[in-house]
Amino acid sequence: MPEHTPAKPADSVVTGAGILLDHVTKRYPGQARPAVDGLTMEIPAGKTVMLVGPSGCGKTTTLKMINRLIEPSEGRIVVDGDDVTQMNGDRLRRGIGYVIQAGGLFPHMTVATNIGIVPRMLGWTRERVAARVDELLELVSLDPEQYRDRYPKELSGGQQQRVGVARALAADPPVLLMDEPFGAVDPITRLRLQDELINIQDELQKTIVCVTHDFDEAVKLGDWIAIFDEGAQLVQYDTPERILGNPANEFVENFIGSGAGLKQLTLTRVADVGMEKAVLARPGEPAGDVLARIVAAGHGHAVVVDSRERPIQWLSRRKLDRLETIGSTPDPALPVVGSRATLSDALDTMLVSSAGAALVTGRRDVFKGVIDIKTVMDAIGRSQDAAALDSTDAPVGLNTGIFSTPATGDEGDDSAPADNPGPSGAAGDAPAAP
Amino acid sequence: MLDFLGDRYEQILFSSWQHFSLVVQCLVLATVLAVVIAALVYRSPALTGVVNSVSAIGLTIPSFALIGLLISPFGFGVLPAVIVVAFFATLPILRNAVVGLSGIAPTVVEAARGIGMSRFRSLVQVELPLAWPIILTGIRVSAQMVMGVAAVAAYALGPGLGGFIFSGLSRLGGANSFESVVTGVVGVIILALILDLLLVGLGRLTIPRGIRA
Repeated sequence: MPEHTPAKPADSVVTGAGILLDHVTKRYPGQARPAVDGLTMEIPAGKTVMLVGPSGCGKTTTLKMINRLIEPSEGRIVVDGDDVTQMNGDRLRRGIGYVIQAGGLFPHMTVATNIGIVPRMLGWTRERVAARVDELLELVSLDPEQYRDRYPKELSGGQQQRVGVARALAADPPVLLMDEPFGAVDPITRLRLQDELINIQDELQKTIVCVTHDFDEAVKLGDWIAIFDEGAQLVQYDTPERILGNPANEFVENFIGSGAGLKQLTLTRVADVGMEKAVLARPGEPAGDVLARIVAAGHGHAVVVDSRERPIQWLSRRKLDRLETIGSTPDPALPVVGSRATLSDALDTMLVSSAGAALVTGRRDVFKGVIDIKTVMDAIGRSQDAAALDSTDAPVGLNTGIFSTPATGDEGDDSAPADNPGPSGAAGDAPAAP
Repeated sequence: MLDFLGDRYEQILFSSWQHFSLVVQCLVLATVLAVVIAALVYRSPALTGVVNSVSAIGLTIPSFALIGLLISPFGFGVLPAVIVVAFFATLPILRNAVVGLSGIAPTVVEAARGIGMSRFRSLVQVELPLAWPIILTGIRVSAQMVMGVAAVAAYALGPGLGGFIFSGLSRLGGANSFESVVTGVVGVIILALILDLLLVGLGRLTIPRGIRA
């Protein structure tokens, strides 16, 4: 399905499968309005799509119709080109990863049993299941030796959530559905879990559909964000950059809330913007030599790194002036950000340290360079320019409740009209499919 | 008293064993019945209400009256005893099984369904194991209660220690009548304690560490 994955020549292999919701409606008996009203939505393979909206807008219903935990009243669900609307629901669900709040782990089973449950249902051998469990625990950064035989109640909330993700990935499903996955953990753990999910997704390239009520989380995790209003009316379906830079209407603006500019900072990672070089110094060097070097380089500071290239001090010219030799005690207040951190984190670090710049570290905390406020400002400018351009590769998303249903002839098995011109994918102003 | 025990040593042990065996077998039967009924009704609030009322009302029936009623269709002997004991054993277990199954966090059941378990597999692999500690509590309550009910069942000439009690009571004032009653009553109490200990041990063995209180 080349037309589902436009742009981005993938350097890692996409293992996800595309999903198409085709005129899907869910009516509950005794309710006047349908919970989901004629939703057609394409979810591109290997991408993360975030469903956001106010409570009761039908986003969770939409998610649960993909694995048919909730059966659609009308319409088709197509996964990887196959119509799954009629197939056995239990078999369908075994092939789709499912993560819920707090992991939904079975408290009477050990971590290993929890993770291995789907592979065992699929008839894997004991050895294969055990090997897979260890592999997945490594993937979610839990030491297999230490955690394999624990019970869920012996884990912290964040660890439970990781095991929940590992369980969902156990049988290597192409699609992962997540229902408010990080809603039950504290904010710090949530940020860390989000970062880990991004790393895992970079590696695995699954198709992830994730429901959240937290717009910031959607911006951080999503390749595409679908904003719903009541009845699962798709108000805007576009990239985070464009939703922030060019909200479709007032509803979206209100939903984004204040500080759209600041939120754009969470879209760019430190590694993606330019870093300044710095003059390096080692503990034990005479301070005078170092001072001479930074004067020669025209810098104001020198970064002291230890034997493993990790930054331990950041010395100004004035401090160097007063020193005899460079010390080896690490400075606890050093403004350090990881290269995977967002510009928002970097800016925060700079503001706290009042240095106007921060040290960037990569793998194993090795020093990589310096990022300053000017770099951050330039990045904001660039992303605002980018948002003003029309995205031509937006996936299809609309509600047929508003449109006259097009003849079904041009709707192949899996071919959502990829050439649909919808400039923003918004239901309100996109022309209907030809 | 000691003479009485010494003379009837073998008979007492045999009756105790029969009493114990009757209770345990009826408990097993009752547990199976209760779990099956609970599994059939716990998803429906209306049926759950019916079952809870039945188990509450059922416990108010005097066991002595019930066994008397059962003698006419089933005659004397083991069968009416088993029916009465199993009936009374089922009620507390049924109540606890329904409470245990419907008390499971909906998220856990949703997770089970979400990863592709059928309703039956979810029940067997997830819901029943999670409800098991509560069901087992019901079994312990039942065990205590039907130890006494089983003694009453001796009225229908069923097996067990009840024979000592009834024969003693019917000859009250006669030789060894008091000793006979005491033997029956104390025997039942001792058996009840032993069974309770065994059930506690069963809990230790069968309740996973992850959900042990």
